[in-house]
Amino acid sequence: MLVGEEPYAPYQRPPLSKDCLLGKLEPDRLLIRDPQWYAEQGVTTRFSTRIREIRTSRRQVISDQGDILEYSKLVLCTGAGARTLPERMGGDLDGVFTLRTIADMQRLRPVLQPGRRLLILGGGYIGLEVAAVARQLGLEVTLLEMADRILQRVADRETSGFFRDLHREHGVVLRESTRVARLAGVDGRVRAAELESGERIDADLVLVGIGSQPNTALAESAGLECDNGIAVTETGRTSDPDIYAAGDCTSFVRNGVRVRLESVQNAADQGDLVARVLGGEETAYTAVPWFWSEQYDCRLQIVGLNHGHTHTVLRRSGKDRSQSVWYYADDRLLAIDAMNDTRSFALGRRIIEMGKHPSPEQVADPEVDLKALVRPPKR
Amino acid sequence: MTRITWKIEGDRDISGEVEDGLNLMEAAIAHDVPYIYGECGGCLSCATCHVFVEPEWLEMTGPVDDVEDAMLEMTDVERRKTSRLSCQVEVSPELDGLVLHVPIPE
Ligand SMILES: Cc1cc2nc3c(=O)[nH]c(=O)nc-3n(C[C@H](O)[C@H](O)[C@H](O)COP(=O)(O)OP(=O)(O)OC[C@H]3O[C@@H](n4cnc5c(N)ncnc54)[C@H](O)[C@@H]3O)c2cc1C
Ligand code: FES
Repeated sequence: MLVGEEPYAPYQRPPLSKDCLLGKLEPDRLLIRDPQWYAEQGVTTRFSTRIREIRTSRRQVISDQGDILEYSKLVLCTGAGARTLPERMGGDLDGVFTLRTIADMQRLRPVLQPGRRLLILGGGYIGLEVAAVARQLGLEVTLLEMADRILQRVADRETSGFFRDLHREHGVVLRESTRVARLAGVDGRVRAAELESGERIDADLVLVGIGSQPNTALAESAGLECDNGIAVTETGRTSDPDIYAAGDCTSFVRNGVRVRLESVQNAADQGDLVARVLGGEETAYTAVPWFWSEQYDCRLQIVGLNHGHTHTVLRRSGKDRSQSVWYYADDRLLAIDAMNDTRSFALGRRIIEMGKHPSPEQVADPEVDLKALVRPPKR
Repeated sequence: MTRITWKIEGDRDISGEVEDGLNLMEAAIAHDVPYIYGECGGCLSCATCHVFVEPEWLEMTGPVDDVEDAMLEMTDVERRKTSRLSCQVEVSPELDGLVLHVPIPE
């Protein structure tokens, strides 16, 4: 049985901040599978159903309506929720948005009208993607980042700089090291942001893109071990022998560091892993993470995890606005950010999966054919 | 509606009518074709929608752009001359009768 709080069958979220928000793709195209498909596979579905409690000792979950559902094994795939601004900072004013669900997208899309002033708080992927969409729709966009650079949590300076330039060229007013004290409204509607410096920035709409938090409340109240996510082993197990977890709600140890990933790759691969483990297969989570983002006509593709890198190497493809940043821990290749450089992403992913570590000199030299490192030349 | 056939290598054939305007990855998912996952939703980041096009149909599926060509470097089963990422091909009446071969990863 598959139970979910939202009224729809599982869907793809990435287009919510990209083609869907631009109006190029309708939400009905987002479903991962047709709703009937689940029944054909023998899966009962219950949507619009929120689970409020797990009774581990009786192996039951209780829905908001008070229904009791029994399980022999339970898999928590509760995802994450957008972080919001607290009420005291004006987070409850009309005209303030977050973006996580189809419903959020449907609220935001109609108000993105040309000429309106959109203020975006947070220079992570969602903030940047919405900035790109809003500029394409003709809004005036200001983006504020409190850290000293956008994408600071996830990328190196080189990548941050690439996207800073990209957005400024497209007319976004992008300001880093800038903290908002609170949002100010009139008659319950947002009108401006007041910065800690005392400066005031007028706005008609505010998008809060300050990250997300894993939906762990259910797991925590059931006593499952949580640490920035439901702690899972490399076989997807939680601290309760009958409960597994997968996706954005989990955290796990990779290369000695506890990580929580928010990506389609991780959700799909952990989901696949748990299904296999439940089916009795002996397997463990080793998939190499990957991620993508789209802003204007720029495609960012990432492979690997850059935690603990000591330096980066820049590879220019020779084409305009096309480059990749290779993250190394000493001489070990950890991860790659590829901007408009799918070749580096695709071949780099193979290189990382094969456990190879090309030298920084090889990588920096655009004359070196990455393909030779992956598939030996055919005779 | 356009008729598409997927031949699963060394296994069965799946044939079905597909709504025009979808892409061939979405069409495969709608017909529950195994080994086609479309993990990235068709944005050229996963290569989990790889197919071999029956040679006589190859030209009809249109040109392969640079990004698709680069992504074909990371398919699970090594690319061939007839390889396409099926999310990049839109279903249209001209493709009626199209035959695709679905490779099975190791
Ligand atoms: C706007 C946006 C853009 C994104 N872009 C990209 C991208 O370009 N590339 C990429 O790789 N990733 C992207 N992501 C991330 C990606 O969508 C997530 O990693 C993925 O959706 C995680 O899947 P999940 O199944 O773990 O969680 P979710 O998709 O969050 O699903 C969890 C579901 O569980 C439900 N739920 C939670 N608690 C309960 C409960 N108690 N009872 C019942 N149901 C409950 C929730 O309502 C939700 O429907 C994006 C995300 C967003 C929001
Ligand atoms: S669906 Fe991901 S590349 Fe085709």
